[in-house]
Amino acid sequence: MAFLKAFGSWLPERVVTSEEAASWVGTDAQWVKNVSGILERRFARDEESVADMAARAGADCLERAGALASQVKMLLVSSGSSERQFPGPAAAAAQKMGLSDIPAIDLPLASAGSLFALSLASRLAEQVGEILVIGAEKMSRLVAREPRERGVAVLFGDGAGACLVSPESGMCQVVDSQIASDGNFSDDLYADVDSPIRMNGRSVILQASRKIPGAIRILLERHGILPEQVSAFLMHQANQNLIVRIAEALGVPAERFYSNIDRYGNTSSASMLIAAAEWCREHTFEPGEPLVFAGFGAGFHWGALLARAV
Amino acid sequence: MDRRARISAILRRVAGKDGLPEADESLFESGFLDSFGLPDLVSALEKEFSLTIPDADLNPRKFESIEKIENYLDSRV
Repeated sequence: MAFLKAFGSWLPERVVTSEEAASWVGTDAQWVKNVSGILERRFARDEESVADMAARAGADCLERAGALASQVKMLLVSSGSSERQFPGPAAAAAQKMGLSDIPAIDLPLASAGSLFALSLASRLAEQVGEILVIGAEKMSRLVAREPRERGVAVLFGDGAGACLVSPESGMCQVVDSQIASDGNFSDDLYADVDSPIRMNGRSVILQASRKIPGAIRILLERHGILPEQVSAFLMHQANQNLIVRIAEALGVPAERFYSNIDRYGNTSSASMLIAAAEWCREHTFEPGEPLVFAGFGAGFHWGALLARAV
Repeated sequence: MDRRARISAILRRVAGKDGLPEADESLFESGFLDSFGLPDLVSALEKEFSLTIPDADLNPRKFESIEKIENYLDSRV
């Protein structure tokens, strides 16, 4: 299976505190913190597009990998907040990064999109060559739509994350992945073309609380690994309370789940790759240590990916 | 212990509260249970009544009140 060569990220400069976000919906920062763990999030400028953010995270990733744009043979961009119905941001992001004459493919999957893209890339890399995976989201565009719901508008932020998937070498090797979808719940989390985000929070939490640990367990059991043997869980940053619950369900300390949701909020499909980029900057890989990536989102789509440090 | 009493005991344990809402009152709208208590409630029901609740049945409305929980358990008999 393929290797994860490097991660990259890009976050907008503007910090939106939970005091400011709470003021939109008549609540306070303490409530936001209690229900989500979020203290602040970043919002992009009006003129910054999803493709701009994707290209910046992609460039950061290539620089960290010591790779040239010409080495990239395919681009996968996940986003649930693209400005246009079509085309998605992949082609424009490719152009901004100087990636020419390669397939630039959009995956319009919010939240779980980068996990799905990573899973697909890890299976395709041997045939295609190096694949750049990006998750980029401008959730502030959706959050600004009225009416703003208290339990939704305060949760989201903007950002982009990236990973270069290589068939030959990298900091860790993908062992396996487990992805799935269930359209029975497609009305429980969605945004129409011009609507605000609609979320049945109870359904999302109930399903995510079972499906994420379930996918992780299936994956680990296939390879004879116990959850407590996993060095780090790099998960979609949806809600700190959900992250803690999933850690409890797996019987591992919550500290094993890297979290930056307090600083960036829920950046949807970008969040897992941003978290991975930060975690990799702060940690040295021990050869053989297992890492788990996991995500869950609108659809519902969910899954997990197992990698081992090289 | 009858079934209503077993459900009530589960709810008190999961919510960490002594009182209970009326049987037809929403556990959520009444503030008795928050969203993160719901997965615990479902797990506790599975254990107490020795059943597996499939993901397709995990609709919060099925567990909205004591009466709805009873209706769901009836449907599984």
